[in-house]
Amino acid sequence: MKPIFRGGLPRFSFILLIIITLGIVIADLQGNAMRPIRSAMLVVLTPVQWLVDIPSNFADDISAVLVERTELVKDNNQLRSSSIILERKVQQMMVLRAENIRLRELLNASASVDDKVLLAELIGINPDPFQHQVILDKGSEDGVYIGQPVLDAGGIMGQVVEVSLYTNRTMLVTDSRHALPIEVVRNGMRAIALGKGNHAELDITHIPDNADIRVGDLLISSALGGRFPYGYPLARVAFVERDPSRKFMIVKAKPLARLNNSRYVLMVEKKPSVVDANPGDETELLDSKELTNE
Amino acid sequence: MSKSSSGGILIILGTFIVALMLSQIPLPTFLEWWRPEFVALFVIYWILALPQRFGVGSAWILGFMLDSLKGSPLGINAIALTIIAFITLLLHKRMRMYPLWQQAFVVFILIVINQLIFYWFQAFTGTTAGNFNFLLPAVVSAVLWPWVFVVLRSIRRTFKIS
Repeated sequence: MKPIFRGGLPRFSFILLIIITLGIVIADLQGNAMRPIRSAMLVVLTPVQWLVDIPSNFADDISAVLVERTELVKDNNQLRSSSIILERKVQQMMVLRAENIRLRELLNASASVDDKVLLAELIGINPDPFQHQVILDKGSEDGVYIGQPVLDAGGIMGQVVEVSLYTNRTMLVTDSRHALPIEVVRNGMRAIALGKGNHAELDITHIPDNADIRVGDLLISSALGGRFPYGYPLARVAFVERDPSRKFMIVKAKPLARLNNSRYVLMVEKKPSVVDANPGDETELLDSKELTNE
Repeated sequence: MSKSSSGGILIILGTFIVALMLSQIPLPTFLEWWRPEFVALFVIYWILALPQRFGVGSAWILGFMLDSLKGSPLGINAIALTIIAFITLLLHKRMRMYPLWQQAFVVFILIVINQLIFYWFQAFTGTTAGNFNFLLPAVVSAVLWPWVFVVLRSIRRTFKIS
């Protein structure tokens, strides 16, 4: 028989652990000091994230095998017709692009470059109902960086907030901490779209009472935040109310991306406009080298 | 004896990996608030069963794993789990005597504490709910407790972990 109650209560280690953890929480909330530790821990836990995804992956495979022939034929026809429509649009696009580049040259404006994209698969969602986040299967190994825009076939989905070696965490545009500078396509009016923790709704804030915005307007990213490239569709205005007792209009929009059920997403590679590396560090390094040489 | 206890560590670790997975499995939107706190339940069980081997430190490490999986500020779950582990250690002699339904009631209170700490800290980061939905996991966890207890006990007895 072992002594079951040896040692009694670990009061001291309990208090010590709580104090250490409080320090860690504060460090994590204050700055980026904990980022490398987080991503290292996520690398260790990546197998758990993969394991969680196995059942739904498996179910997908099964339903792919058991699908009916008529349905496949229907799907095939649908895809073919949509591909023809898209091809026609691409043909037009090429002409328009050539024309656009010529005009830009005439204006001496900088040429717009095609964005490089990376296809990623969704392997998990954040179980916390307060946070609209998804986990994607591309990490810093694949060149993913914090702040990278994520799109699906419909439009903008969100941006990367945490990167580990093989996975990343993407915050959706509907997260209550997310804000995105946008532009109304019809007239170029600028605004900001705020997430509000609801998958089907975005708040467009601070629209003056006399502004020209209507239900059905398409909202695109305006690239003013420096994170998202210009011109990707975000949402369509779904609700407009002019209330004379308020300073601003109430405008709500519905995201175009299928935030709840997209499995494959695109990660746009846009070189960050702000230089991350601190030039001061480099000169310091050189100085110390010179010193050692002397 | 030493052989069975070293094997036991792997089994306990396995149950916790399962708990971490269960805390990650996607649920339909209408069930989002009803997710039981599996990791906390498993921590409570293993402390009740093996208070000499499993304690505050292990709960602390698990809390960090849960934090990095959930993407919450690092340390929130660690604090919550450490505190409920400590309370369980405090109560475990009494709790072992209780019938299952009464244990479930204590578990309910423990998970309520866990949730309160978690959301209190999360309020610092600016994401709060205006309602008491965040206490629903405590209800579900308490209802699930007898099953968790029976399943984990049978695992413990099959592998003779002590």
